[in-house]
Amino acid sequence: MTPSFKAVADSALLVNFADEISDTAHESVLALDAALAQDIPEGALEVVPALVNLMVIFDPVVTNHVAVEVAVKTLLAGLKPQPSSGVLRHVQVCYDGPHGRDLEAVAKQTGLSTDAVIAAHLAGDYKVLMYGFTPGCAYLSGIPEAARIPRKPAAVRDIPAGSVIIAGQQCIVTTLTMPTGWSIIGRSPTPILTGDDARPFLFDVGDTVAFERIDLAAYEVAARKVGHV
Amino acid sequence: MSEAVLAITFAGPLVTVQDSGRRGNLRFGVSASGPMDRLSFDAANAALGNPAGHPAIEVSAGGLMLHCKRGVVSLGIAGGVFVVEYAGRRVADWTVLTLHEGERLAVRAGASGSWAYIAIAGDVVASDWLGSLATHSTSGFGGKILRTGQEISVQGAMVRDNRAGDIARPDFQNNDPFRVVLGPQEHQFADGSAETLLGGGYRVSEAYDRMGMRLSGPVMALDGALSIPSEPVLRGAIQVSGEGVPTVLLADHQTTGGYPKIATVISCDLDRLVQCRAGEEVAFAAVSAEEAVAIVRDHATARAAYLEEVGEVSGTLEERLMRENLIHGCINLD
Repeated sequence: MTPSFKAVADSALLVNFADEISDTAHESVLALDAALAQDIPEGALEVVPALVNLMVIFDPVVTNHVAVEVAVKTLLAGLKPQPSSGVLRHVQVCYDGPHGRDLEAVAKQTGLSTDAVIAAHLAGDYKVLMYGFTPGCAYLSGIPEAARIPRKPAAVRDIPAGSVIIAGQQCIVTTLTMPTGWSIIGRSPTPILTGDDARPFLFDVGDTVAFERIDLAAYEVAARKVGHV
Repeated sequence: MSEAVLAITFAGPLVTVQDSGRRGNLRFGVSASGPMDRLSFDAANAALGNPAGHPAIEVSAGGLMLHCKRGVVSLGIAGGVFVVEYAGRRVADWTVLTLHEGERLAVRAGASGSWAYIAIAGDVVASDWLGSLATHSTSGFGGKILRTGQEISVQGAMVRDNRAGDIARPDFQNNDPFRVVLGPQEHQFADGSAETLLGGGYRVSEAYDRMGMRLSGPVMALDGALSIPSEPVLRGAIQVSGEGVPTVLLADHQTTGGYPKIATVISCDLDRLVQCRAGEEVAFAAVSAEEAVAIVRDHATARAAYLEEVGEVSGTLEERLMRENLIHGCINLD
């Protein structure tokens, strides 16, 4: 895809592949993101990938929009975006007891049984689209058609870290206590904020994610280790 | 290593530890945080003789009162026009002073400004997250949110009396409208929306924190979709919600968002903007991206020269007192 370029204030360039969300647009974002990681233009400080576009943030004392655009175009010329699955990351999830507090409501809305909702969630083909909203909050796409439900009309407060929440085709494992209008179907003891300085976030954008079911007892043991109560 | 312990006898909301910010993690949803007014933060550190970006305390208009329980430490204060009371008397608000055991310091809102900085000759104890002590206020990750009743521990506390005295305010900033580059989504608004933004009549609303500054004033109509696919957001972006109300995104902003942005404030004008208070009028003027880069480069040169000047040691305490005596006639040396 050939992107358009847009200057953002004095210190960023937005590289836009499409106005609508599509797999090909995201593949183009990922391919350019990977190329920039290998060959960062002079003066560029950060690259932020999202759904259909990517932002290059730079030091305006060192470079400018035109120079960064030229560098990006050079990289794009040698690029062949293709479907890639990144690295497969495993995330444990407990759907039982209080952790799957909205399962019944999701079942009712979708016409599935709660077991079928769980099965659908486990069967999803998840990809990390981007981060946003709060630190470490990764938007995963891949909720199967049958289990998709809209957001609730109003947000519910104080949803704890580690909650597995869904809306539409997206799924998030939350990283801090926050309000959400998404449906809470389980709780994960897998730390997205790893605490490992060398690799502080579990996912890279573009990674594939597989959920693995654990029972309450296994959750309790794992959760104690990461401080979820 | 000497320690100084400062008891917080009062802290308003949003008084935090900040260093220059947590760079490089926007792609993981982590905004840079750091000081709202980066120039004042840098001036306070420079005047105190600290390295650039040294962790300092950011004081909101809610104010901060400290009581030195133990030890002694020099501090550099800069920011908006605040009221500073030190050891029972009012002193200049841009100043370097030394807080001794038993002495009190109060920094509270004065004639204008929303943020002040207390640079510390020593290392404030706060939590390191991703290599930075900056506090991300909405998550509470990193740094420290300072609250009434807590204590601040300063490790390696130092006295730098040779730096004591007033800090010169920058003279290269002006009161012109805040400069913006239109976009990136100016085309998604109804015709005339950019003119509306630039036409004035906007004030800072009460909804102002480290995440963003909501403005009140003429609404801007969106042309078509109320939202766009979530995209990366730059500090300074002016996003417009479904109601047509603009919000300027600041230090602890969300890293991606789906509200269209009518314009983005250029980086060097943000330090001035954040010092505005609720009710104050803010005006915007458009420049091209090319002009923005030229403005920011000129500003960076002036800023560096100013910080170098502020950072120069102006003499021993005795020399400084002598000079102030010559200038002001006499001062009380008790």
